[in-house]
Amino acid sequence: MSVFALDPAYIGGFGLSEALILIIKVVGAFGLLLVAVMLMIWFERKLVGDMQNRIGPARAGPWGILQTLADGVKLFFKEDLRPAKSDRLVYRLAPYMSLVPAFLVFSVVPVGGNFTSGDGTVTWFGNSTFLQVADPHVGILLVLALSSAAVYGIMLAGWSSGSKYSLLGSVRASAQMISYEAALGLSLAAVLLQAGSLSTHEIVAAQGGWNWNLWVTGLVPALVFVIAATAELNRPPFDLVEAEQELVGGFHTEYSSIRFALFFLAEFMNVITMSAIIVTLFLGGPDGPVLTERASWIWGVVWFFVKLVALLFMFVWFRATLPRLRYDQLMDVGWKFLIPLSLGWLLLLGALRVGRDRGWNTAAVVVVCVAAGAAAGVLLRLAVRSGRRESGELADAEADAGEAVNVGEPEKGS
Amino acid sequence: MSFLRGFGVTFHKLFEKRVTTKYPAEKRPKPERFHGRHVLGRYPDGMEKCIGCELCAGVCPAKCIYVRGADNPPDSPVAPGERYGYVYEINYLRCIHCDLCVEACPTEAITESKLFEFSFTSRSDAIYTKDELLVDDDGRPRQMPWEDWREGDDRHTSAWMRATSPSGSAAWEGRAAWSPELGYGLRPAELGQAAEGPGQAAGEVRESSGETGSSHSTPTSALGAPEDFDPESHEN
Repeated sequence: MSVFALDPAYIGGFGLSEALILIIKVVGAFGLLLVAVMLMIWFERKLVGDMQNRIGPARAGPWGILQTLADGVKLFFKEDLRPAKSDRLVYRLAPYMSLVPAFLVFSVVPVGGNFTSGDGTVTWFGNSTFLQVADPHVGILLVLALSSAAVYGIMLAGWSSGSKYSLLGSVRASAQMISYEAALGLSLAAVLLQAGSLSTHEIVAAQGGWNWNLWVTGLVPALVFVIAATAELNRPPFDLVEAEQELVGGFHTEYSSIRFALFFLAEFMNVITMSAIIVTLFLGGPDGPVLTERASWIWGVVWFFVKLVALLFMFVWFRATLPRLRYDQLMDVGWKFLIPLSLGWLLLLGALRVGRDRGWNTAAVVVVCVAAGAAAGVLLRLAVRSGRRESGELADAEADAGEAVNVGEPEKGS
Repeated sequence: MSFLRGFGVTFHKLFEKRVTTKYPAEKRPKPERFHGRHVLGRYPDGMEKCIGCELCAGVCPAKCIYVRGADNPPDSPVAPGERYGYVYEINYLRCIHCDLCVEACPTEAITESKLFEFSFTSRSDAIYTKDELLVDDDGRPRQMPWEDWREGDDRHTSAWMRATSPSGSAAWEGRAAWSPELGYGLRPAELGQAAEGPGQAAGEVRESSGETGSSHSTPTSALGAPEDFDPESHEN
């Protein structure tokens, strides 16, 4: 119909049943996300506790499952303070600027449907529709755009607080998120190359029947994407943004009451939506064995949530295991490792695809690509070295190293 | 890649048994010599053990004890001897339960119970006076409404004092070198203190081992315990 033909349900005009479908989807996704965040915070605290030989929340409700609700109620009734030096309008706006993108990203994620033996549609009120709020043609671009927009919330929160810790936290956040966005986008491009579409529905449909991008694209884009996503979410080991030992609380140091809760909500919602995006891009979305013929879309929902919980477990596991990176290490991993790796892998996949289309020998293509990649790596290293020598940075580093040795020697003797 | 082993460690921890107890619902048994809230003891004849010497206040590192002694009224003495503790106050907002007061006390008057769950709603409630600290006429500690006493807690009120009282010498093993208490009599010897041999009497030991005996004089005999006190009997 037009560029806004987001779903097959709306093709035959927009009537009452279509409106009902839309409302059910929007309300369902909204409620699902809020409940999921509530359970995610509990899940994380419980699991980290278990991994540290603790019990974790155990008071509110069975197994402490209502702990988040109790915390939320408490935060809601706390006094809402605004520092005198803060910028009133921006300070109030910032929490919503980080919350709204977190909500919107989830709207393009297909959460169910039979992709194994069907086309992933379900029939409601006589209309066949997708189990996702919207399926824009630019789906993945929308995800990238919204995750970039989330940086604004954090940046403005830190800047408008009028506090040095908040500002430091938000400067770190913006530098980190922008750096890792590049690796995120490049690893994602491999998936787009495979699927040939930006629409999340198309990407999932292309993975139907166990053709998951996790192995179809050769594991590397998935690994790079997970690492970059962890950094993008500001989660450990990349949580320099709110490094408690250095920055008090990071960008939300000055926030209290429900505004702080909104940041917290956005943070955990981002974890869930990013896991959902990873499921969509690399793990086949709702793809999985369909065990019954009737209501086969149910199995899509089941497998989607199984994968989602597995990824959430992985993120919590990261947090319980890995210590925080130093800031220069963070930047090194992002710029010197992940970006070249994902770029090289993207070029390799592209060359393989072109080779397949033209009927070239696959082995020859791989050999040429690896050789070219190695040559490019050597050239890059040489260029970096000569650049550093020219700026005198290398000499300084060598002098520092020599000095360190000289200082070390007399201590050894004594 | 050695950080991958860390993932194994944290995953393994998931299945380990927890040592945490769900405290208010599930309470661990308290050790016998637990340092809890203080108790001021009395002799079996009802006399108070405290003589108002203020050594406990002097040794207290938290400066939480306030004692003032007074002369015993001649017609109705409160404590055996010249003086008694006229004022005795402990501020539990300061007390660190180190038990130095118990070790300093020459008459074993102050001991510690096993009670640790006492929370106050006002600062004045935290200051225990002699009324609250002194045992009642049955020799049992007074139980304040906000305190959580459990069955058997009062039975071990002087356990730590008995463990540290001057009977450490091997020659004094199996002999109770502490004074009897109102309601409990002379408490039996502690675990690990072997019973005294049949041929040995208290006096003989004291004379035969002069160098240890001089440093281990029983406090009760030195400070004029009641005449009916028999160190060999474990009943009152």
